[in-house]
This record gives sequence, C-alpha cells and structure tokens, in this order.
Amino acid sequence: MDRRTVLKGLAGAGSLALTGGLSAPAIAQGAAARTLRFVPQANLANFDPIWGTQYVVRNAAAMVWDTLYGIDSSFRPQRQMVESEEVTDDGTTWTFKLRPGLKFHDGEPVLSKDVVASLTRWSARDPMGLMIKALQQELTAVDDRTFKWVLKQPFPKLLYALGKNNSPCSFIMPERIAQTDPFKQISEYIGSGPLKFAKSEWVPGAKAVFEKFADYSPRQEKSSWLAGGKQVMVDRVEWVIMPDPATAAAALQNGEIDWWENPIADLVPVLKKNKNISVDIGDPLGNIGSFRMNFLYPPFNDVKARRAVLMALSQEDYMRAIVGDDNSLWKPLPGYFTPDTPLYTEVGGEILKGKRDLDAAKKLLAESGYSGQPVTCLVAQDQPITKAMGDVTADLLKKLGMNVDFVATDWGTVGSRRAQKTPPGQGGWNMFHTWHAGADCVNPAPYTAIRANGDKAWFGWPTSAATEKEVASWFEAKNTDEEKAAIGRLNKAAIDDVVYAPTGFFLSYTAWRKNVSGVAKGPLPFFWGVSKSA
Amino acid sequence: MLSYILRRIVATLPVMAIVALFVFSLLYIAPGDPAVVIAGDQASPEDVERIRQSLGLDRPFLVQFGGWVWRILHGDLGTSIFTNLPVSAMIGQRLGPTLSLMIVTLLLTIVVAVPLGVVAAWKAGSLIDRVIMGFAVFGFSLPVFVVGYMLAYVFALELEWLPVQGYTPLSSGFWPWLENLILPAIALGCVYIALVARITRAAMLEVLQQDYIRTAKAKGLGQGGILFIHALKNAAVPIVTVIGIGIALLIGGAVVTESVFAIPGLGRLTIDAILRRDYPVIQGIVLLFSFVYVLVNLMIDVVYTLVDPRIRY
Repeated sequence: MDRRTVLKGLAGAGSLALTGGLSAPAIAQGAAARTLRFVPQANLANFDPIWGTQYVVRNAAAMVWDTLYGIDSSFRPQRQMVESEEVTDDGTTWTFKLRPGLKFHDGEPVLSKDVVASLTRWSARDPMGLMIKALQQELTAVDDRTFKWVLKQPFPKLLYALGKNNSPCSFIMPERIAQTDPFKQISEYIGSGPLKFAKSEWVPGAKAVFEKFADYSPRQEKSSWLAGGKQVMVDRVEWVIMPDPATAAAALQNGEIDWWENPIADLVPVLKKNKNISVDIGDPLGNIGSFRMNFLYPPFNDVKARRAVLMALSQEDYMRAIVGDDNSLWKPLPGYFTPDTPLYTEVGGEILKGKRDLDAAKKLLAESGYSGQPVTCLVAQDQPITKAMGDVTADLLKKLGMNVDFVATDWGTVGSRRAQKTPPGQGGWNMFHTWHAGADCVNPAPYTAIRANGDKAWFGWPTSAATEKEVASWFEAKNTDEEKAAIGRLNKAAIDDVVYAPTGFFLSYTAWRKNVSGVAKGPLPFFWGVSKSA
Repeated sequence: MLSYILRRIVATLPVMAIVALFVFSLLYIAPGDPAVVIAGDQASPEDVERIRQSLGLDRPFLVQFGGWVWRILHGDLGTSIFTNLPVSAMIGQRLGPTLSLMIVTLLLTIVVAVPLGVVAAWKAGSLIDRVIMGFAVFGFSLPVFVVGYMLAYVFALELEWLPVQGYTPLSSGFWPWLENLILPAIALGCVYIALVARITRAAMLEVLQQDYIRTAKAKGLGQGGILFIHALKNAAVPIVTVIGIGIALLIGGAVVTESVFAIPGLGRLTIDAILRRDYPVIQGIVLLFSFVYVLVNLMIDVVYTLVDPRIRY
C-alpha cells in the first residue's frame, strides 16, 4: 500500500463524515480507456469555424463538421460527403450528389439545402470562397441530395477549395445554422462529423468534450488526413486546456493526459526519456517563420533596403532561437513554399543561401538612401516564436547599422497595430514577426501572405506585379507541370521583390502515452483511427 | 449594527461605479482589438471592420459605456465576445474552483500561520523563533510558480501521491476535490502563511508584555491558556486585518497558481480574457473582484466587533 492509497483512505473516511457519503463515482477501467484526454495547442475560446478562423477552432471543428471533399496526404481532394460529381465540358457547371444516409447530430438528414447555405456562408469569408463567389452564377439545390454550382468561367481548383484543410474549411452545417451572418457567431454546434460537441460540458479556457456520433457512417476507404473513413475508436475525446507547458509535460508523464499536441522544444528531452511516452514530429508540413516589412514607408519602401536585410539574415540563427539544438526540427528555406511538398522550389532563392555577406548588405542599404531613421519593429513577447525571432532581428538590424525602435508588446497589440497604415512614428510600424503553417504554404490558394497586390495584400501591403502575375498563372494551370513552372517563377518574383522575409522552416513534436495508438502525422490532429488501451 | 452594515453596502455603490468607469475607460484606450483576434491572420481589413461593427465596437465611447451600465443595472454582465456565452455563466463556471482554492488556502494559512506566530512570539529570540521567522522570509521570497513547480515535481511526479493538475468539483467526492487542491493551496499559501505568521508574532509580542498577562501567569494559568485564550484574543484585531488584506494577495496569486496547476478558475479566465481583449469578461470579473474586496472589508469590520467588544458601530 502506498502513501497515496493511505491518504485516499483517510480522506475517504473524512468525506463520509463531511459530505454524508457523497463520493466520486467509480470509473471503470474500460470507460477510462474509451476517453482520450488531449491537450490542444491553444484554448478553444469560440466554436464557429467560419466566424473564428484560428487553427484550434478548425482542429476541433474537423471532428464535429464534415466536408464535401477532404484533402488527403498527397494534397488531392477526395470525395467525403459527396458520392459523385459531374462537370460540363466548358468547366462552368458542377453537379454534385451527396452520399445517402448522411445525418446531422440532431438526427436530421443532411440535405442539399444545408450544403447550399453552408457554402454560401463559407464563401463570404474564405479567400478561395470569395474567388469562387466572384465567378458564381448560381448555387442551387436540385433535390434533397443533388446541388448545382454554375460559374461564369471555369475554376479548376474548385474541388481543392471544397476539401482544403486551411481555415476556414467549407464545413457543412444545417441550413438554419448556416444562415447566420458570416460575421456573427453561431450558437448551435450541430454537425454531421464523426464526433458530437458536448456543449453542456464546455468550459472555455478549460475543457471541451466531444462524444462519438453513433449514427456517423464513415467512408470505406482508409483514412488519410481529412479524406477516407473517419473511424472513431474512443467514446469521448476530452480537450484539456493547459496554458503552462511544464504542467502539460508533468501531466503527460503522470498519465493524467494521453496526448499533448504541441510540446515545446525545451521539454521534449524529458519526454523522450520517459519509457511510457512516444514523441514524434506531429505535423510534417511544419511552419515557416517570417517577418514582414512595411512597403508603404522608408526604409522598406525601397527594394534595396529589403534585399539588404534578406542578404544579411541567417536563417540558422532564427531557427536555433526557436527550436534550440535539435537539428531534426528545422531546415533552411530559400523560398516561400513548404519543403517536401509537390510544389516546393528554390528557384530564385540564392540570396538566402550560403555565407552571409554583411558588408554587401550594408552597402546595399546605403544605396537605398537609409539615413538612420528609427525602424519600428513590433515583437509579441507572449508568443515564444515571435519573441525569439524578434530578438534575432533586433541584433541583425543593429549589425546592419539600423536604428531599431524595438516595440516589445503582446500578440493582441501586434494584431491590431499591424493593420495601421499610418507612418511608423504615428502608430504605424516598419516590421513585425509572425509565422505561417506549412499547410497554408503548399500552394498559392490559401497563401495570403504571398500575395503582393498592394492595398489588398496582407499586412505590409507588398506590391509586386510579377508575383501577382504568377499567382494567377498557378490558378489557371491545367496540370502539375504547369503548376510547378508557375510556382518556380512565383518564388523568384517574390524573393526578388522581398514580399516578406522567410526566416526558415521549423517543425514541432507531438507526444502521447504509449497506450495510445493510431496517432497520424498531418497538418492537424486527427482523432479518427486513434485508440487507447487501459 | 444592521443599519451600519446596510450603510456600508449602500456606500459600495459609488465605489463600484468609479471602478466600472475606470475599467471601461482603461479598456477603451488600451491597445489591441478583439475583432483582429477573432478574424484571424488571413482576414482582410474589411472583414475585421465588419466584425467590429457586429460587436458594436465601432460605436462612440459614451454609447458603449451607457449600454454597458444599462445592462449592469438590469443584472446583465453582457456576453463574451469570443465564446458567445453570458459573462455571468462563465464566471459561474469558474467561481467554484477559485473559491475552493481560496477556502483551502485560507484554512491552511490560519491553521499553520497563527500557531507558528504564537509560538514564535512565545519563544521570541530563541532558535525556534528564528527558524519560524526564517521560514517566513523564505515564504515571502519564493515566487508562487517556483513553489508550485517544486511541489508538483516532488509530490506528483516523484512520489506520485497527488495529481499534477486539474480540478474536481466537491460534488464528485471530498477526496477527489481535495487532492487537486492540496499542492496549489500550499504553493499559494506560502506567502500568505509567512505574512500572517509575522503579523501574529508582532501582535502577540505586544500583548504578551501587558499587565494582565503577567497577572495570568501569577495566578498560575497554564501556558496554553495564556497564549491561546487570553493573549491571542487580544492580538486578534491586527491578525484579522491582515487575513482580510491577504485575500487580495490570494486573488492575485490565484492567477499564477491556477495557470501552473491548470485549475479552471477565475484567475485563468482573467488572463485569457485580457490576452484576447474580451472586454465584457474583463469588466465582469473586475466588477466581481472589486465587490469581493468591499465585502471582505465589511466582514473584517464586523469580525472586529466579535473579537473586541469595545468596538461598536
């Protein structure tokens, strides 16, 4: 008998006296084995995947809502809720038929009208959805299982848009919910996915519970990312929110949780030493570190100043600041697209390769006319990744002889200040740091950060006609060879104009108890196929 | 007494109004925008603006403030910008864990700190006194999160006696409830125990010099009776005061403790709300905390009359 048993016994006796026999319900071992306790990357603060586009919301939503198509690990859209599709020869009219027997969690059948309402809401918020909406002639329900999408001109990436895993995904909701204004939050969380959301147990910031949906009919194919048969092997998935990584590490070691999505690099060695824990790369698509320079104001309105910074920066410095000494967690990235994906290219990336030439960079900076004005550099200190990169950038800029106005603040403030187009001295900025999920950088469709259409571009408002031309070329590409050629030209154009500064490619681990099996690598945690033994 | 309590409760209203105005103004001028957080990284400025409009954040300050006050007067703390849940419901979800943590910490403190302070005063200048006061300095000096990590490492990971994290409601059983609170209460209580022990010692030292203590000794009363019945009762006013003030320390410390031990209490809710700029939640919590402070002060004043019959209102 150990100390804990004795304590439990004593306290149990005390509890009988104090609570009149009120005691904890016994949880059978089998029940515990059917509950998967998971620590997500962040708090699930809201649960509308169209209104709130944070990754953590997308990850939870993928359990509850299904999609018409799903991207598999080869980046190909596969049928998911759809049974069949037809497209006219001119590529403008798509007719889709839903699989029979699809049901929402409230028992109602999934009908075409639900799909039409859901796609209408999604296409008002998603960048690809907006492109389709601009081409849309009509989107109508033909019958209960058939719907038709008529476009003014072909959109070759339509199925990709419907199956992509980038936020916001085109999740299908009941019509009454999907009719909610896309800029207002839904309050009912009814989907047709493999797990139901237990709203009554939701404590935002602490816990979210998902229960297996008994009436879900998975596809027969093997699951692959968001495609294939989503077979759920546990009865409950409990998300336990833990803001402190050390606590999450201790809880995993102690068996209080089963799976930790995103352990920080510092704690991984401790986890690897534990014989009851498996540690592996979670998302092979990783992340791309970046800082963006404001094209509107000096010094970075001059391409020479931007190129000077690129010429001097050492991606290794940035990556080591983020991941430490673990070489398996980072790669240099002389370009903008995710390594080890079909469209990855290094064309035009020479400026980021080889030995760093500080003298040449200084010379180029001087040619840009830089005369010592302050460079306002926004750095969110509450995000370990941006903090690490910000420190390296400050050092880099100082080495270049720049006058750094280092604004140490929090992510919420960076989020609002980076939208300011006012001059840096009047509430604006010159640089800020961020990172992009590798899944968003596999091609230009979800890749907002690569766009360089001036005022309409992402923060920093880069202008590069050559980049935009090649983005359009990719969308128009009819086969993989054309796509690859377009991406090569796009990468070169974007680096030439320094749309943003890539600081390297980095990966992170995921960790789980060894009594859990079926954890798949992918851009989000997939809960289908995951089982747990006692 | 009753009329005094009523007067004090009425007097809290202007205090609360000033706190409300202060908090609202502070949040209004603070940098950051919840619409930006909601919209996510890929959102266009137009999307952000539409979200701001839908949340009413684009309205003038006075309109927003007036609407908020009107809702408060109707007992409505508003709705969280992020969760779409009523703020009162969110606070209700989190009140149990924080109250439990504070009650256990408070009990632990009184049970440990008061006897330590009494003994230190009784044995003033001795090795025992120095050890106790050394512990007090130690308790003051160690940050809550350091104590928390040390306790979790020793008692949860190494000895496996107690869980690392979490909270179980009392309705699930006394031991499941208590086992999750022992380590956090010790971590949070360290500073508090140190403070109360030092004040108890100081108050007791003064009382122990009084003539009636000498008289009690001369009459042959036992040491325990003198210390805990005669002396402690007369030293109680400053001790009660510092216990009351310490509740403010507990609320502040709970923010850190709840994060370290993953307790879903009000402290974590506060931090989450501040980081996301969830204005209605921040305002609701600050109002609640200020009300608690006022209430605690009132309770302290009432307790004075119980421990010192000379005090009358």
